[in-house]
Amino acid sequence: MRSEPNEQGFWGDYGGRFVAETLVAPLEELTEAFCAARRDRSFQRSLTDLQRDYSGRPTPLTFAARLTTHAGGARIFLKREDLLHTGAHKINNALGQGLLAQRMGKRRIIAETGAGQHGVATATVCALLGLECIVYMGAEDARRQAPNVLRMRLLGAEVRVVESGSRTLKDAINEALRDWVADARDTYYLLGSALGPHPYPLMVREFQKVIGAETRRQFLRREKALPDYLVACIGGGSNAIGFFHAFLKDEKVQLIGVEAAGKGKRLGQHAARFLPNGGGKPGVLHGTLSYVLQDESGQIANTHSISAGLDYPAIGPEHAFLRERKRVRYVAINDDEALRGFHILAELEGIIPALESAHAIAYGLRLAKKLARDKTIVINLSGRGDKDLASVPAVVRRKRARGKA
Amino acid sequence: MSALGESFARLTKGEAAGFIPFLLAGDPDLETTAELLRALSRLAPVAMELGVPFSDPTADGPIIQRAAQRALARGVSLARIFQMLEKLRPNELAPIVLFSYYNPIFQFGIKAFARKVSGLGLAGVLAVDLPAEAAAPLQKQLRQRNVDLIFLVTPTTSAKRLEKIARLASGFLYVVARTGVTGTARTLTDESQELVARLRRVTDLPVAVGFGITAGTQARRVRRYAEAAVVGSRLVEEAAQKASSRDALVRAVSKCARQFV
Repeated sequence: MRSEPNEQGFWGDYGGRFVAETLVAPLEELTEAFCAARRDRSFQRSLTDLQRDYSGRPTPLTFAARLTTHAGGARIFLKREDLLHTGAHKINNALGQGLLAQRMGKRRIIAETGAGQHGVATATVCALLGLECIVYMGAEDARRQAPNVLRMRLLGAEVRVVESGSRTLKDAINEALRDWVADARDTYYLLGSALGPHPYPLMVREFQKVIGAETRRQFLRREKALPDYLVACIGGGSNAIGFFHAFLKDEKVQLIGVEAAGKGKRLGQHAARFLPNGGGKPGVLHGTLSYVLQDESGQIANTHSISAGLDYPAIGPEHAFLRERKRVRYVAINDDEALRGFHILAELEGIIPALESAHAIAYGLRLAKKLARDKTIVINLSGRGDKDLASVPAVVRRKRARGKA
Repeated sequence: MSALGESFARLTKGEAAGFIPFLLAGDPDLETTAELLRALSRLAPVAMELGVPFSDPTADGPIIQRAAQRALARGVSLARIFQMLEKLRPNELAPIVLFSYYNPIFQFGIKAFARKVSGLGLAGVLAVDLPAEAAAPLQKQLRQRNVDLIFLVTPTTSAKRLEKIARLASGFLYVVARTGVTGTARTLTDESQELVARLRRVTDLPVAVGFGITAGTQARRVRRYAEAAVVGSRLVEEAAQKASSRDALVRAVSKCARQFV
C-alpha cells in the first residue's frame, strides 16, 4: 500500500494542521523549504555524507543467536539503531532537520525531549552545525533521565526544565510551541517525533525511513527473502514509522507496533492509545488529529510508562491511518514485561537496550515463542540503555528481594 | 443580522463600549464566573469572551494556564459550563463568545456543540487552534444557527491569507496584537495598528485587538484604530486574587475592568 498525506497533511481522517493562526505562516514556510530540500540533490548528499561519516550509517543488522535459542521459535534479528552516534535513532531526524534549519537561515533551534535522546541528538547537531540550541524537558523526565540532561549541557545546549502539567513530554512540547509562537521568524522548531502539525509527521518519517530501507536491503542480501515480521516500539512513533515505511508495499511482511501498557488499564496508568477501552480516541493534540488518551470532556490524560520516551498521550497520525487500513497491528507491553526484555537482552546478547526498545524486545520474544523456526522477526533496537541505568537498579533490587535475580 | 453584528452596530451609536473582557470559566468556580459575567455585562461591553479551560493551552501564557489548571482540578468541563450558562440566560447579557481549544468541542461533537451554543443564546465561538483551512465543518454548523465563528489574524498572517480569512469571517475579526502567548508582554507595539490598516483594505467587519492589553491607556490607544480592545490575562489575574467573599471578588474584578471601558 501507499501511505502519503494530502496537501493539508491528512492521511485519511488523521493529521492536518490544528494550530493557532500565528503558527500557520511558519509552518507554510517550513513545508515549502522541506519540499524544496527533498528534491535538492546537494541537500540529500550532505545528509547522506553526515549519516555515513558522522552518525555511523548504515547500522548493522545483528542475528540474535542466543535470544533465538532462548525463545525456541522464530529467528530474531536486531536492527542496531542503538549503535548510532548519541545512541538512538533520533539523530537521523535531528541531522536532517538541522541541515534544513541551516538552509533556511535560522540560527536558533528549539526542541522538546522526553527520554532526552532527541534533546541530546539535537544538541549534538547544533554543536556540529554551530547553531544555538534550547531544549525543553519536563521536570519528571529530567529527574529520571539525568545523564541526558548533563550530556545536553556539555554539548552547549540550554536545558529549560518544564514544571507545568504532568511535567513530561507533552508539557515540554507545549512550552516549545509557546516559544515558537513568540519568535518564529528566527527560530526553528526541531520536533523529534512523527507527530505535531503538518509537515512534521511527514518530514520526520522521511528523515527516519532510512532505517527500514537499510533493513530491507540488509535482510534481502543475507536471507534472500523478506522477514516475516517487523516489531518496533511506539511513543510518538518515529522509529516505528521509519522502520516500517520501506516495507508497507510488501504486504506479506507483518508490521507490529508496541505501545506502553504501563502499570494498569485505567486512564493515567498507561500510554497505549490503541488499547481497547483504554481511553484513547480520535482527538486533537499538538496540532494533529490522531488517537489521543483523554477524558470524556476532551481534556488530555496523564500517562504512565517506565520509559520516558513512550510516555505520551497521542500517537503520530500516520499510525492511526495504518491501523485503520489494517496494515500495521498495534499491541501493548507493560512495565514489568519491558523490564524482563531489558534484562534478557543484556544477559543473552550483551546489549543493554533503551527501556523504550525493551518493549519491542519483550513483544518480539513473546511472538518468537509462538512461531515456527523457519519464521523470521526483525526488532528495531531503537536505542541503547545507558540513560536508563539510574531507573533500573531500584528494579533489580526489588527482583533480588523476590529471589528472581 | 447576528447578535454580534447588532452589538457592533450599537457600538457605533455609542450604546456599547469598545471593550471585550475575557474570563476563564470556573476560576475560582462556576458560580463566581456567572456573577462576574452579570457584573461585567453592566459595563455594556460590545462582547464578552468566556474561556473554556483546557489541559494543554499552547497559545496561553502562565496566568491563563494556571487559571485553567485550577478550574480543571475542580472538575470544570464544557458540559458543566453549559449548565451554568443555562441558568444565567445569556440573551439577557452582553453577547458572549465562547473561547475554546478545539479538542473539547470535537469531543462534544460538532453538531451537538453548535446546537447547544445556539440554544443557549451564545453569540459566537472562537476555536483558537482551528485555522481557516480546518474550520469548515464547525463553521457550517454554527452558521446554520446564526452563531458567528470568530477568526484570528496575526502579524504573521500573509496578505493572501488575510483576504481568505476576511471572506470566511463574520461577527468581527480578532487581531492578535503581537506574536507570542497571552498575557506576557506589557507593551503594545505598532504591529497591530499596521495589521488593522491592512485588514481595512479587505473587509468592512469590525475589528477587536487583543493579547497584551493590560492598561486602560493601551485600550484607549487601540480604540483609535480598532472597534474594540480585548482584555484577558489582566482580568483573569484579578479574578484569581484572594477576596473575603464572592461579592468582594466580583467588585474587585468589575473595578479593574472599568478602566478599560
